[in-house]
Amino acid sequence: MKIRANALTAIALAATAALSLAACGNGTASSAATDTATSTKVAGEITVYNAQHDTLTKEWVDAFTKQTGVKVTVRQGSDTELSNQIVQEGAASPADVFLTENSPAMAQVENAGLFADIDKATVDQVPAEYRPSTNKWTGIAARSTVLVYDKTKISDDKLPKSMLDLAKPEWKGRWAASPSGADFQAIVAALLEQKGEAATTEWLKGMKDNFKAYKGNSTAMKAVNAGEVDAALIYHYYYYGDQAKTGENSNKVTPYFFKSQDPGAFLSVSGGGVLKSSKNSAAAQAFIKFITGKQGQEVLKNGTSYEYAIASNVDSNAKLVPIKDLQAPAVDPAKLNSAKVTDLMTKAGLL
Amino acid sequence: MTTDLSARISPEIPGASASTTTAGRGKRPRPPFGVSAISLLAVLIALFSLIPLGYVAYMTAATGWDTAVALIFRPRVGELLLNTVMLVVFTVPICLVLGVGGAWLVERTRLRGHRWWAVALAAPLAIPAFVNSYAWVTAVPSLEGIWSGVLIATLSYFPLVYIPAAATLGRLDPAIEQSAASLGLGPWAIFFRVVLPQLRIAMTGGALLVSLHLLAEYGAFAMIRFDTFTTAIMTQFQSTFNGTAGNMLASVLVFFCLILLLAEVRSRGNARYARIGSGAQAKPTRLPLHHYQIPSQLALLALTVLAFGLPIFFVLRWVLAGGARVWSADEFLPALLQTLAYGTAGAAATIVVGFPMAYLAVRHPSWFSKMLELSNYVTSSLPGIVVGLAFVTVSIRMVPGVYQTSGVLIAAYVLLFLPRALVNIRSGLAQAPKELDEAAQSLGKAPLVSFLKVTLRLTAPAAAGGAALVFLAIVNELTATLLLSPNGTHTLATEFWSKSSEIDYSGAAPYALLMILLSAPMTYLLFQQSKKVAGQ
Repeated sequence: MKIRANALTAIALAATAALSLAACGNGTASSAATDTATSTKVAGEITVYNAQHDTLTKEWVDAFTKQTGVKVTVRQGSDTELSNQIVQEGAASPADVFLTENSPAMAQVENAGLFADIDKATVDQVPAEYRPSTNKWTGIAARSTVLVYDKTKISDDKLPKSMLDLAKPEWKGRWAASPSGADFQAIVAALLEQKGEAATTEWLKGMKDNFKAYKGNSTAMKAVNAGEVDAALIYHYYYYGDQAKTGENSNKVTPYFFKSQDPGAFLSVSGGGVLKSSKNSAAAQAFIKFITGKQGQEVLKNGTSYEYAIASNVDSNAKLVPIKDLQAPAVDPAKLNSAKVTDLMTKAGLL
Repeated sequence: MTTDLSARISPEIPGASASTTTAGRGKRPRPPFGVSAISLLAVLIALFSLIPLGYVAYMTAATGWDTAVALIFRPRVGELLLNTVMLVVFTVPICLVLGVGGAWLVERTRLRGHRWWAVALAAPLAIPAFVNSYAWVTAVPSLEGIWSGVLIATLSYFPLVYIPAAATLGRLDPAIEQSAASLGLGPWAIFFRVVLPQLRIAMTGGALLVSLHLLAEYGAFAMIRFDTFTTAIMTQFQSTFNGTAGNMLASVLVFFCLILLLAEVRSRGNARYARIGSGAQAKPTRLPLHHYQIPSQLALLALTVLAFGLPIFFVLRWVLAGGARVWSADEFLPALLQTLAYGTAGAAATIVVGFPMAYLAVRHPSWFSKMLELSNYVTSSLPGIVVGLAFVTVSIRMVPGVYQTSGVLIAAYVLLFLPRALVNIRSGLAQAPKELDEAAQSLGKAPLVSFLKVTLRLTAPAAAGGAALVFLAIVNELTATLLLSPNGTHTLATEFWSKSSEIDYSGAAPYALLMILLSAPMTYLLFQQSKKVAGQ
């Protein structure tokens, strides 16, 4: 009996101890290393709301922490989940930095008036076509829309000329997408911006009839590879990333780029921004400057993310189709409207 | 409001307990203060546990009738409703057949190695449903849709019927069956007309548990592309954080849960199942299996291989395929530590919170203590996603100071898993005679001291059992953790989920393995505990 009663106390103690352990588990702040890229001294800690891929952001964070000693806490979520969360949190948001995979969620936070201006030095690193004209946030990387398909099922002459063709009856039951993902919603947002609400609604209706829903782009690609569907509308780097690993999920698929400024050639700009309410905006700005700087962009060039590098004159990974050959349509990233998109997709029965 | 309520209610307690048949009330030296303090606590806890339900009702009302109707009565909700209803309608009966059939073979026949089988049939409970789904998707990559959902749900949840059914069958009084046989009934007739009716409580309770798990499950169904209300709410949450459409789906889901609860109460009935009269009960007789022996062995083997062997095999295969790379300590250790921390803290908090309620229920049973328990029972039957949504909204709007702290997550765990602790503390309290407490007081100990030294110590083992169950539930919890966890949180479940959704199956495997290893002893404990509870 006595042991049991003591055990309860021990459990409570262990819990407290473990909680505090966990709290400072990743707090091993490395000593402020020599400062090369960042001109101003920064310190302390920041919280990043991260909708970018876990592994990519981790590479950025580790390199940044090593260089500056700033401790970075990451909250993982999806683009619109986190943007809506920031909007609801308002000035009380614990976030200092917000990173996304796509632009619509950035536009949403910008429209809510929650972003601080991006430092001039950072803006200068990023070409104008990869950032909003307002400079309330900036592009940090980019990803291209692509149709991955099974060559044995679709001959070259039967490939769709435009992404819009996928709503036609001959594509019924033949293609996959991940409608719950921010990636796909960004494609729809670009379509909305280019062709208007009526055309978008029409296309979504056709999509609902034709497509098969998967959770996540990689799962959709895997379905093409396994012969469950003929094609999948995803972003390019899922293919290149898998090819670079084992190719297990992509060896039987071929990427097809729509080009010709088609809505399906949309190049989605991943965003990074600093929140007005940040309690450590110096470090937050330094972080954005770091990832759009040479070292941060080289993570894109040399790392395993296969997203396009866009800033500081760093080339993208040599395995990719060069960004200028993609013939992407011109879309102002600040004008992409995520709320309208989820609304239209909910109405079409996709969410 | 709260003080007012408890002041009005607490005087009822002595009167109410007088109406029960427990003896010795007249000499009870406990001062009314202690009871009303405990009642107050229990009322506060009950009110707190009603937050999620209140939230859903409030959100539905605040949305406005027209918007709510537009969001609830649309084709997509029809699809989800059909999926969810079909899932329950197909899975629950299969679980009942497998659970009761397995329990009967193990407890009432001369099955070879029945002691071994008795444990083996409970073992699948140690494998979280989303890990099961992950293993099955590896084995059969084309799994999708309703039938895959039924398959995975059945294999994950049939032990929820098996365990109570086996416990009940193990202590059935054979006298009734013997009388039936002497009146000329054959073995089949005895099974259906005598044995099965006595399993009613175990079966309805098990069926309710299975159904509630079906409604709450997210990961397992998301992995095989089967949409239910819970997966759709999660999708909405990821698209809009806290949008109206998701909240309306949640209100339909809550409605569903309440219907199930009512159905269970109704079908449980009022019949009495306990043995009446004095004397020791004979051991249940075991039927010879003869030429059914081999088919029975094969059937049980098939079931355990599919439900337990296959997931273990594929988890281990992925672990081996991943090699040393996937065990990188800087990702792995924090996840393990945080899971242990949340598990222990959540279990401890649940026990502490459960105590006042259990105390009232056992020592001062009344309609009041029943209401308190019921309010919590309703909340814990709500899926984690609804409780998570409620806590996100309430904390962000009303108590921003606690928003995104581990406290909120632990509070959610307490609400979700309180009944698991309550059941155990109650049985422990019931076995700690209050006469001992009273004796200590009559020997001059202060009420509080005697309570701590006598009752609490006698209840500790049962409370520890309850804590273990809550710990198990927290280790495998996914949706509420995804919604509520503080910045920088990585638990085994969330890490497993994030890796497996990037189809990094070998990276996810170690987390799956650890969840199973942590769950196994708790599952065994649950199995042992169920026998004790049924035997008392």
